[in-house]
Amino acid sequence: MIINGKEEQIATPITVAELIESKGLRADRVAVELNGEIVPRAQRAQTQLKGTDTLEIVTFVQGG
Amino acid sequence: MTFEPSATPEQISARQQAFDNQPDPAMLVSREEIRAALLDRHTAATQDKLDSAHVAICGCGGLGSTIAVALTRIGVGHLHLIDFDRVDMTNLNRQQYFLKDLGQYKTEALRSNLRQINPFIDITIDTVKVTDENVPTLFENESIICEAFDVPENKTMLVNAVLENLPDKKLVSASGMAGFRSSNLVSTRRVSKNFYFCGDGETAPVPGAGLMAPRVGVVACHEANMVTRLILGEEDA
Repeated sequence: MIINGKEEQIATPITVAELIESKGLRADRVAVELNGEIVPRAQRAQTQLKGTDTLEIVTFVQGG
Repeated sequence: MTFEPSATPEQISARQQAFDNQPDPAMLVSREEIRAALLDRHTAATQDKLDSAHVAICGCGGLGSTIAVALTRIGVGHLHLIDFDRVDMTNLNRQQYFLKDLGQYKTEALRSNLRQINPFIDITIDTVKVTDENVPTLFENESIICEAFDVPENKTMLVNAVLENLPDKKLVSASGMAGFRSSNLVSTRRVSKNFYFCGDGETAPVPGAGLMAPRVGVVACHEANMVTRLILGEEDA
């Protein structure tokens, strides 16, 4: 699948929640868009990913 | 080193007096004179769009206060400022406040400072904490929302809540702006149709390279310029 513009080999089946965890990211510091649509936080654990998906994972750090 | 306030009671009282006794800016200028100056700089076609724009700014710290000043200067007609916090001395290294503002709510101090630039901007303030519960109703009058918080969990909550509940609003967010790394690491990216992201994406504050006016200002003005582009009909980052 394509994650933030780069092709990555990710073993499926995998959910959005599992992908966030496998990348070492904190669930309360990311927004995830799947094929241009937000994945609601409440649906990350049920949303299955496919090899043809395009994801944007936006992460937030301290500062403003 | 942690900052400990050391102001005397007399200084604190003098700050409040200075805050309470600012000149009424509407006595200093007419709406017509400000409008004529903006038309001279921007032309009527551009200014009419800026006049009628409604923008919400969530967080009035280093990002939000700087965004608000930039948008006020170009005459964006309707601003909605949202912040629950008060101004403290450690804010002055990067935020658009003055000594007289110390101890005041940021929403009230910022509105007051913006009025000294242009008293004819319509400014709404909400001195509240933004939550998942109030996001769906907080932005009824705005088509553009700026995320300008500092705590990452709050940034994340707002971005997710807007994208989940208000998919037709334009959302401009920011992350990664601490220290004094190159300005050229900062960009504006269109993540999806209505979602823009400004910053270097990664640089959090550390001792010796905390949040400082120049680089936070670079990112704030990336946000402000993206808002300006959206108002004027440009949707690309």
